[in-house]
Amino acid sequence: MVHHRIDKLTMPQWGFSMTHGRVGEWLAAEGSEITSGDHVLEIETEKAVGVVESPVSGTLRRHVALPGQEIPVGGLLAVVADSSVPDDEIDRFVEDSAVTTVTEQVETSDNTPQYIEVGDQTLRYLRLGNGESPVVLLHGFTGNLNNWLFNHAALAEDRMVYALDLPGHGLSSKNVGDGSIDTFADVLCDWIDALGLPRVHLVGHSFGGGIVLDMAFRHPRRLLSCTLISSTGLGSDIDAEYLEGVVGSDRRKQLKPYLERLFASPDQVTRQLVDDLLKFKRVDGVCDALTTIVGQLTVDGQQTVVFRDRLDQIAMPVLVVWGDRDRIVPREHAAGLPEGWQVKVLDDCGHMVQMEAAGAVNSLIAGFLHKCDQSGLR
Amino acid sequence: MARTLTYQQAINEALDQEMARDDKVILIGEDVAGGQGTDGEEDAWGGVMGVTKGLYAKYGDRVMDTPISESAFIGAAIGAAASGLRPVVELMFNDFLGVCFDQIFNQAAKFRYMFGGKAETPVVIRTMIGSGFRGAAQHSQSLYSIFTHIPGLKCVVPSTPYDAKGLLISAIRDNDPVIFCEHKGLYQLEGEVPEESYTIPFGEAEIVREGNDVTIITLSEMVHESLKAAEQLAAEGVECEVIDLRTTSPLDDETVLDSVEQTGRVVVVDEANPRCSVATDISALIARQAFGALKAPIEMVTAPHTPVPFSDNLEDLYKPNAEKILSTVLKVLEYQKWSTTVSTS
Repeated sequence: MVHHRIDKLTMPQWGFSMTHGRVGEWLAAEGSEITSGDHVLEIETEKAVGVVESPVSGTLRRHVALPGQEIPVGGLLAVVADSSVPDDEIDRFVEDSAVTTVTEQVETSDNTPQYIEVGDQTLRYLRLGNGESPVVLLHGFTGNLNNWLFNHAALAEDRMVYALDLPGHGLSSKNVGDGSIDTFADVLCDWIDALGLPRVHLVGHSFGGGIVLDMAFRHPRRLLSCTLISSTGLGSDIDAEYLEGVVGSDRRKQLKPYLERLFASPDQVTRQLVDDLLKFKRVDGVCDALTTIVGQLTVDGQQTVVFRDRLDQIAMPVLVVWGDRDRIVPREHAAGLPEGWQVKVLDDCGHMVQMEAAGAVNSLIAGFLHKCDQSGLR
Repeated sequence: MARTLTYQQAINEALDQEMARDDKVILIGEDVAGGQGTDGEEDAWGGVMGVTKGLYAKYGDRVMDTPISESAFIGAAIGAAASGLRPVVELMFNDFLGVCFDQIFNQAAKFRYMFGGKAETPVVIRTMIGSGFRGAAQHSQSLYSIFTHIPGLKCVVPSTPYDAKGLLISAIRDNDPVIFCEHKGLYQLEGEVPEESYTIPFGEAEIVREGNDVTIITLSEMVHESLKAAEQLAAEGVECEVIDLRTTSPLDDETVLDSVEQTGRVVVVDEANPRCSVATDISALIARQAFGALKAPIEMVTAPHTPVPFSDNLEDLYKPNAEKILSTVLKVLEYQKWSTTVSTS
């Protein structure tokens, strides 16, 4: 009997709290040819709307999940196989998978965030994976470690990856001191020491990228590499109206249009996303912290801390990723960077490029980190 | 960090955190400190339902037991508020409101207005509402419409542990008199509540379920009955939008009207009696401001215009529930605006 290769597409787990996902629109039709990395299906979770990418190439033989269905993590979504595989074999495969789905569901990760006291701060972080040369993910302004929902587990497949709630954010303490980039970098150093981490690969998004740059200048010996995603600190332009709007809006209706600026497609802004940010902003101390940060980050609508004229002093490998339709920090900041820096601008993406094109960003970062480790730059 | 708390624990935590934050916050009421008749702090019961349990041991004299004289201690709390404290006073059952009409309606509600904005009355009156407990006519009413009617009072009617904590913290920090209505049937309801202090602004309704077919506008315990009905209706392909008003004064008319513009069909669900009520108020708002959007008459699911009965069977009949909401939603959906005209032409 000939065994044909049949691959399945299963419900991903985006973040430790995800147990189910709601099936959205199919982006690839039954019978269509797909290649690895193609967007196949939209999935809606409590936290966000994401896209499932195909891990393999072949013919999309069967849509198993129907739009609107709730499927557990690990549950079968679709079947990919060569067009020569007979239909009844696909049927059997779907039937068999229905049985195994239940056991796979039990295996969802039990990783939950940890808390650690650093000076007068309590910081929350989530560690996934094992391996050498750890990676630390730093979210942007008003973000939290869930901003890496679509990246964290993928990057942690072969290494140790931390995501941190910066001071004033997520479930970390709301004390941000003077709110300067230097202060954030200093707390980050203390946190790295408290965990006893060796040199790390730093990945920063937006304001988190600004912190990575600050670290590269002030604490270069702690870093193995820098990854800057839609980063601040590379030019003076920034959508200051967005910053003011997000801090100043206290109602869903006011806040939503600002959040829509984050994504190339405003559909990405779910009710849950707006609600979560509103709830966060209503915690004691948060609005003061955010106001303090904005006061340091910009003056007269321009970024105050710009490293552009001395970027060539950074001696470690740097990866820069941007969305071509970023409305918060312009994509032009990804141009004219030092030779030797790896720069990638992704099509049809906004400021939240790591969520909007998670697969592409994950493989860019994974490839970059692999190269860094190979060249033994320690 | 969010963990699961009951509605009752969420209220206790809000009181505890605000007392820790501001020493002007005090508690006054019948049995809010002790109640067991001994001098031991550990034995302190913390109110008739134990909502303030543990606070006497922590804050001592800032938690004050009173004689059974609502007019006296509500008046004392209002006076304390006018002279600089932030009292949270417990009017055990809202049914006892009658004996302190003057203190609440003529004094607390009017100070700011009558003193030309120079006086503030930051008092919170916590009180229990709701039927379903075989408590009979004098311990089961839902009188929030009376508080809503009086200018100068704010009226809060939370339905979840998360909302109870955030709205109570907002109430305590508010500089006006706030009536905080706790439903007895919700005290043991569990939900995620952050450990940190947070606020929820007044006048912001919550869309607890999104849908395009019918808008259900409701509050307090009826939010949960409405959600039950909405889930059952969803199985039949009817998507209800469920709006939890959260505060009746101020009222978030914008969220209500926006939803009605979208669905064109309305059911207002209110546990209280139906005359001059929150249900009629919301109905009037929609009839006046969204008439053009309506595809069917506005329907109300309420208690009948009678006292809350003591008989178990009658009380069960009295109270609105998911079943009644479901059949009313179906009635609204089946309504054909021009059916008469079409059949006679």
